[in-house]
Amino acid sequence: MPVKNEFDVIVIGGGITGAGTARDCAMRGLKVLLIERNDIATGATGRNHGLLHSGARYAVKDSESAEECIRENKILREIASNCVEDTGGLFITLPEDEESGYGLDYQSKFLEACTKAGIEARAISPKEAIEMEPSVNPALIGAVVVPDGSVDPFRLCAANVTDAAMHGAKVLVYTEFLDFLREGDTILGVKVLDTRTGQKAEYRAPVTVNAAGIWGHGVAEKAGVHIGMYPAKGALLVFGHRVNNVVINRCRKSADGDILVPGDSVTVIGTTSTKVPFEECDHMEVTPDEVRLLLREGCALCPALADTRILRAYAGVRPLVADDSDPTGRSISRGIVCLDHETRDGLKGFVSITGGKLMTYRLMAELATDTVCRKLGVNKTCNTAHTPLPGSMDGRIETVSKRFEGGATAGQKGAAGRQGDLVGKIRFESEEDRKLICECENVTLAEIKYAVRELGVRNLGDLRRRTRVGMGTCQGTFCIRKAAKALAEALGQPELADKLAADYLDERWKGMRAVGWGDTLREMEFMQRVYKSGKPYSYDEV
Amino acid sequence: MQERNISANNFEQCQKCSICETVCPVMANNPAYAGPKRSGPDGERYRLKNGIFFEDSLKYCLNCKRCEVACPSGVRVADLIQQARIDYGRKLPKLRDTMLASTDQVGPLASAFAPIANFSLGLAPVKGVMHLALGVDRHRTLPKYASETFVRWFKKNAEDKQAQYSKHISYYHGCYANYNYPQLGKDFVAVMNAFGYGVHLIEGERCCGVAKIANGMIEAATRDARTNVDLFRESVKAGREIVTVSTTCTMTLLEEYPTLLKVGNDQVRDHIHLVERFLWKAIASGEVKPVWKEDWKARAAYHCPCHQERLGLGIFTMELMKMIPGMELTELESNCCGIAGTYGFKKENYKVSQAIGKPLFDDIAAAAPEFVVCECETCKWQIEMSTGVPVKNPVSILADALDLDKTAILNKPTK
Repeated sequence: MPVKNEFDVIVIGGGITGAGTARDCAMRGLKVLLIERNDIATGATGRNHGLLHSGARYAVKDSESAEECIRENKILREIASNCVEDTGGLFITLPEDEESGYGLDYQSKFLEACTKAGIEARAISPKEAIEMEPSVNPALIGAVVVPDGSVDPFRLCAANVTDAAMHGAKVLVYTEFLDFLREGDTILGVKVLDTRTGQKAEYRAPVTVNAAGIWGHGVAEKAGVHIGMYPAKGALLVFGHRVNNVVINRCRKSADGDILVPGDSVTVIGTTSTKVPFEECDHMEVTPDEVRLLLREGCALCPALADTRILRAYAGVRPLVADDSDPTGRSISRGIVCLDHETRDGLKGFVSITGGKLMTYRLMAELATDTVCRKLGVNKTCNTAHTPLPGSMDGRIETVSKRFEGGATAGQKGAAGRQGDLVGKIRFESEEDRKLICECENVTLAEIKYAVRELGVRNLGDLRRRTRVGMGTCQGTFCIRKAAKALAEALGQPELADKLAADYLDERWKGMRAVGWGDTLREMEFMQRVYKSGKPYSYDEV
Repeated sequence: MQERNISANNFEQCQKCSICETVCPVMANNPAYAGPKRSGPDGERYRLKNGIFFEDSLKYCLNCKRCEVACPSGVRVADLIQQARIDYGRKLPKLRDTMLASTDQVGPLASAFAPIANFSLGLAPVKGVMHLALGVDRHRTLPKYASETFVRWFKKNAEDKQAQYSKHISYYHGCYANYNYPQLGKDFVAVMNAFGYGVHLIEGERCCGVAKIANGMIEAATRDARTNVDLFRESVKAGREIVTVSTTCTMTLLEEYPTLLKVGNDQVRDHIHLVERFLWKAIASGEVKPVWKEDWKARAAYHCPCHQERLGLGIFTMELMKMIPGMELTELESNCCGIAGTYGFKKENYKVSQAIGKPLFDDIAAAAPEFVVCECETCKWQIEMSTGVPVKNPVSILADALDLDKTAILNKPTK
């Protein structure tokens, strides 16, 4: 029976790599199917610092990665202005670094390597560093300024998915990859499961791209090929407010807890690096030892962290390609691995794109799409480096906020910061719509309705990733019932509200438990007290 | 692991419980105001990200500090709001705001020309011009200026008599007693002298700065604060505690110098006393003994000013007043009168100011007292204008109810 290919390419994985690949393929005119078993950005994409690397971190050891980073750094500032914040970064040297061989001699070496990699770096005095970032450890003996920034990975991923869809890609979230359709040495497509309806389906395309991050290991196994992947867990802590406004790094060999990134309304310290078994990748929990370590190292960068409320802890898994010689996983290059399994393993119609990092997702997507095009015999050049993402045509909050007549409200400014120039699609029509649902993060009912209508939201976690609803100080205690009601109604299933809210709070609880002391513990007690009785207040009141 | 949590004005202690919103008098009366939680701790998180999140509506905050009294987590909500106005709301203050705020610069001028100033400030056409051109609401009469300031009176009539006493205090009179209502200062001197305390001026005392803070004149307020703290330190060194009569001045000296103006007051803080507590403690401990007029009788109602609530000192005024045998005192429900210093004088705030005060005015009407007892001068203007019931300062009531001569004899040190 002749099989008609519905798609030119199927991309497995709705993280940043898959989203970028789907966008690039779609922009080059291919018919694309993107499948993701959860929501977009639920794996490593949404579980990192959100650091817009300058590449300086890699300059000394891995100049190739450093050069990639700074190139992509400049590109992302252009194409993703709505997702990027130009905070600048510092690499500081502390007195104790002298003893461990990473003193000011190393700083010179570091500066030289940065310059060689094309990273604009200059040394400043400790006094200048304190002026630039008052929260920095005042004991520092040297500092280097680099073009670091912060990037919102949820937004970046969503923008790529949206643009892919705008270029004709079909996007199926909550659709789990089950197996390949295969004939001899050729991959013909995929069998998938809609995790919400339980329905199975098959999709065919001449090329399938494995962009499933750490889960790509298992995807490749299903195809009968082996990629030696290395799941390296990285834990992070989120502080209650922006303690710093400039990224602070330690100027030494990369180690645990040596990057402090301000992003939106919070500051994030990370990370750790621990090898974990594949079975654990779906159930990451941050351990007390990890919290202790992150706090200790974080305080060396910024002593104020010792007295700052921690909102929650989380962990992600880096999809590193294993190098058996180093057990810590730090010394291997975060290089991009793009495998055409036809040349590598003799398996036709299958490509894997892995390794790399958030910063280089676009380049990874370009390499993967080049490979796909070569296999399909399509000759189209990549334009993703020059085409702004949706929301980022002129995505800076200062510009977007001016659109509102008579001055933007807090909710409108919040939306402008998150949705960039797509904010025009949010309907701030009635007074009700302009009301804030989440007061910690300035999220209005209008923005929630917009997210449900246009950004494919199914549950409150999806909504959180697109709007920051419930990500603030109270972690959803005061907004989540209102948000659940709005979402359930928008989905046309008002009876779902309670379950949506409960699922969300369970997930928040998990992240708070790891740092459950002081004011976070009070907040947890408060949350529990509010919800213990089942129904804290009736929906008629919200 | 982490032993404490400190953040500017404790804003991270906020649990988002929203109790502050239930006590905010502005929120209930002005829909344009986002309320203490959103203007304070919520807003702060986003202002730290980008100053664009500063909202102009923060100007509606009265700084009554009722949110701070209510907060179960110790968040200094109103300070957060004032701080944000200082940090992000930097615009040149309007002529009107400068005029209203510069109590210690306008004061000497107005006192020198008091009859002309008072006469013209009361004229309808002048009020009309001020309403339109300056934005001082036409319903308001600016406080009258005395032709002889308290300081001048004191130097002429009282200063050389102070050495005879065995105990001595420094008197921080503030702008109001000096320029607008010297009688309060005179009453203070009479009462303190009767109890055996010599009263001394703090030479060179400056305005506490509260009106300047509210109107964005931070550099000037900071300069004044530094001068005051230095002077207080000298007074303490000379063995003289500092006694104050104005609630709001006292709150500013004690609470806002370190938090908003970043002027440390650790060394002098415990030596600054509001007169009501100072006297209640002295009487209750037997250190001084009052002799009351036998025929003195009054039926009064006590209004506790917001800043007195914030300081937690209202109870001392109540107890001090109850010591007067002829006093029949009702305590009014704790409500803001709505004036909040210079706030209510601004025409854009007039309506809200009166709406906020309404529950209090209604309570006063129902209690129908001979007069209202209140420590705060701006509450006095508001209550008198809005209810017609006279408002008396506790110090003036003491001066009236005490038999000053007999008290003086009784408290004379026996040698």
